[in-house]
Amino acid sequence: MLADLPISVLAQKLKRSEITSEQLVAECYDRIEAYDGTINSFITVVDRKKAIERAKFIDAHRETFPSPLAGIPYVMKDAYLTKGVRTTAASKILDAFIAPYSSTVHQKLENVGAILIGKMNMDAWGHGASTENTDYGVTKNPWGSDRSAGGSGGGPAAAIASRFCVFGIGEDTGGSIRNPAAWNNITAMKVTYGRVSRYGAIAYASSLDTMGPTAKTAEDCAFVLEAIAGYDAYDATSSQKPVPSYTKALDKSIKGKKIAFPTEFYGDALDPNIKEAILVARDIFVKEGAEVTDVSLPLLEYGVPVYYILAPSETSSNLGRYDGVRYGNGRDLFTKENMRRIMTGTYALSSGYYDAYYKKAQKVRSLFIKEYEKLLSEYDAILSPVTPIMPSKFGELLDDPIKNMMADLYTVIVNIVGLPSLAIPCGFTKDNLPMGMQLVGAMFDESTLFALGNAYQKVTDWHTRSPNLVNS
Amino acid sequence: MKYEPVIGLEIHVELKTKSGMFCGCPADHFAKKPNTGTCPVCLGLPGALPTPNKKAVEWTIMLGLALGSEIAEVSKFDRKHYFYPDLPKGYQISQYDQPLCRGGKISTSFGDVRIHRVHLEEDTGKLQHAVVDGKKVTLVDFNRSGVPLVEIVTEADIHSSEQAKEFLKKLHQIVRYLGISDADMEKGSMRLEPNISIRKVGETGMPPYKVEVKNINSFRFAAAAIEYELKRHEALLNEGKIPVQETRGWDEAKNGTVSQRSKEEAADYRYFPEPDIPPMRFTKDVIASIGSNIPELPDVKKTRFMSAYALNDAVASQLTDTRALADYFEEAVKAASVFEKPYSPKEVANWLINKKPDIEKVLPAQLIEELHEAKKVVAVSADELNAIITPVLSSNEKAVADYKAGKQQVIMFLMGLVRKQLPKADTKIILEALKGALES
Repeated sequence: MLADLPISVLAQKLKRSEITSEQLVAECYDRIEAYDGTINSFITVVDRKKAIERAKFIDAHRETFPSPLAGIPYVMKDAYLTKGVRTTAASKILDAFIAPYSSTVHQKLENVGAILIGKMNMDAWGHGASTENTDYGVTKNPWGSDRSAGGSGGGPAAAIASRFCVFGIGEDTGGSIRNPAAWNNITAMKVTYGRVSRYGAIAYASSLDTMGPTAKTAEDCAFVLEAIAGYDAYDATSSQKPVPSYTKALDKSIKGKKIAFPTEFYGDALDPNIKEAILVARDIFVKEGAEVTDVSLPLLEYGVPVYYILAPSETSSNLGRYDGVRYGNGRDLFTKENMRRIMTGTYALSSGYYDAYYKKAQKVRSLFIKEYEKLLSEYDAILSPVTPIMPSKFGELLDDPIKNMMADLYTVIVNIVGLPSLAIPCGFTKDNLPMGMQLVGAMFDESTLFALGNAYQKVTDWHTRSPNLVNS
Repeated sequence: MKYEPVIGLEIHVELKTKSGMFCGCPADHFAKKPNTGTCPVCLGLPGALPTPNKKAVEWTIMLGLALGSEIAEVSKFDRKHYFYPDLPKGYQISQYDQPLCRGGKISTSFGDVRIHRVHLEEDTGKLQHAVVDGKKVTLVDFNRSGVPLVEIVTEADIHSSEQAKEFLKKLHQIVRYLGISDADMEKGSMRLEPNISIRKVGETGMPPYKVEVKNINSFRFAAAAIEYELKRHEALLNEGKIPVQETRGWDEAKNGTVSQRSKEEAADYRYFPEPDIPPMRFTKDVIASIGSNIPELPDVKKTRFMSAYALNDAVASQLTDTRALADYFEEAVKAASVFEKPYSPKEVANWLINKKPDIEKVLPAQLIEELHEAKKVVAVSADELNAIITPVLSSNEKAVADYKAGKQQVIMFLMGLVRKQLPKADTKIILEALKGALES
């Protein structure tokens, strides 16, 4: 199966004409047709003929597409505008919306010759951690069809785990890239806020939204991030800092790298299976030459309350434009979870409540930033769980809004501060359910995270496992 | 009961930058085909992001400096939420608690009017109510959406419609001097909203209500709306009623104001900092360099004209009405100084005011050339003069008799008759010769 191979190998084989992009793309479509009926990771599959045509074109003009991503099939979370291909954000409000322009990330990938094959399922508007809150049917976890694929980007993660494509582009506001990565046994980079342009990505919470790669390995993520990162004149919050070579950073030695291990993160809220797996990973990092030290990060518990004021506030503003005047369908089609967040945010921003909620949350945000800044001036990375729980069974999170929020315990605080975080597979339970951990780094230091992740993946093989799929 | 008007003004001015406030679309939207100057950003499409227009920010700071405002070291944009079909994002990007400029004033002949704040925002689209295929519809034109808009808010320092009018004219003049807007009210690029209330003479607190009047597109209507409201409020107060706090519109046909929206329907705008645009920071150097582009402003120019050119207030005011006219005058003064017997600035001023040349077509030097031609004195010999005077006197015996009887002003009538035949001769010489002939 070609989609099992790393991007570096695929690129080499394509360059040497050992395989063609046409073959690779066709294989992905065959798998989608065979298995996605059950998994339901796609909202829109790009017309097969069109994708094959594009693959043939790249094959015929390989010399003009020097990128290692040229001819490689990929998917995008359906929050990204793709000119000519429907974009729904998993909401029927945008059921018929075909964007007249492309998001910067999509445009960059098109320019280097990567081939978009699908727009992926998610919680509508990014609201959720299970891809159950979608108007296009839940995405089933390829590792257990009675379980959620995580969210909000469950679609792209399930598709990568199922080898329907080689890589995906996710969007992480409070864990939407990392949570599904952990639950699908894939690797994903939530980038520093401002590292990748947000232009053309449907906004959930503008000050928290980040766009990043999802793939099988840290190495693959480095290839993708190198292609999509950088300043964009269309995004005033994108950083002008030069983009380093992430692929060169992969093989940097991790000897002497200092990893912080916040003890508060490993309390009762955490599933013991995940705790055990991360303790094993900790030992592996030590064996590879890193120093891991117990530290204290007592503000963790305030992450979820702060997030669930800031994100709904911003989303109540961002979703105001879907008022039924312009996009065909009206706001009655927002889901219950959407309405919950819009109402919460509207309340938090109302006069008389603003100071008590939004403003206070912003103040706590400043405290988080200071605390993380201090810790990351002493350490290269923080080792943390991604989710406190194993992939949830359907209904578990949907019926319990508080439990739904708590699934974000370890991820939201990273967005509030704006830090980069690499989610990587770290083991399986007895029931063959995947588990993940995250390495959180200093602002704009994705490179160190790639080096740590790559070092870990060289001596472990969790990331090489893929689920046994059932024909649909 | 004696009342005193308490009036504050809100003025919106569209900036004439090349591009929009947050996108690359043309800011010039007047009389363009609907929805031709739009892009994902000003249409508020999903995923589109605003990037602020540097020139618009600099121009707002420039206006603030011209008004004597304090410029913020840190400023930011905020979202102001409300639903209206001409507002495609469901919020307007504006400034809430950290405007670019605070304070400042404009002096009027009735006293100073303090500026409360000057901030920058984006304009909305425009609704057009029309009938299409027999159906009454409302159409939206987004060409104006996202055009840079400066809002100037005064303190409630204005106490008459005349003062309001004078203030507005001065502000209009300053904006035009700075060259940041055409401030053309008929095109809607300057929009006026007075906030009006009255209180008993002797009271100093703010009245317990205010009425905002919108849709005013001339200084005259602004004054008329204020007058209308003052009378209405007085009548209500005299009946023991407090006028309703509301928004009213100026109705040209009715020559009065009509109620539009009362306070009960007032919106909670849920302002919060615009997360898509990082806060702006301005160093003293940056502010100083923006300030260095401010031209000489009308009041200063007028005072200088009065002292440097020995002009009176009225003439100096007239000449400094626009920067272009003032510059024209100064060029003309220069041109007039090259003659052997230079024309005084006062002569130039009078000539310019009387002649009203099209200053875009007639060069200042040309105008002075005309002046010079007109003033040219033709030398006339005594014989020539007498050859004209003698027949004039003999055919106007009554006038001559009157003069001799002591009616000396008659000489001007005779003078006119001579002048007709000698249009370019020196007046003094004609007068001398006439006197000589009459008294001989």
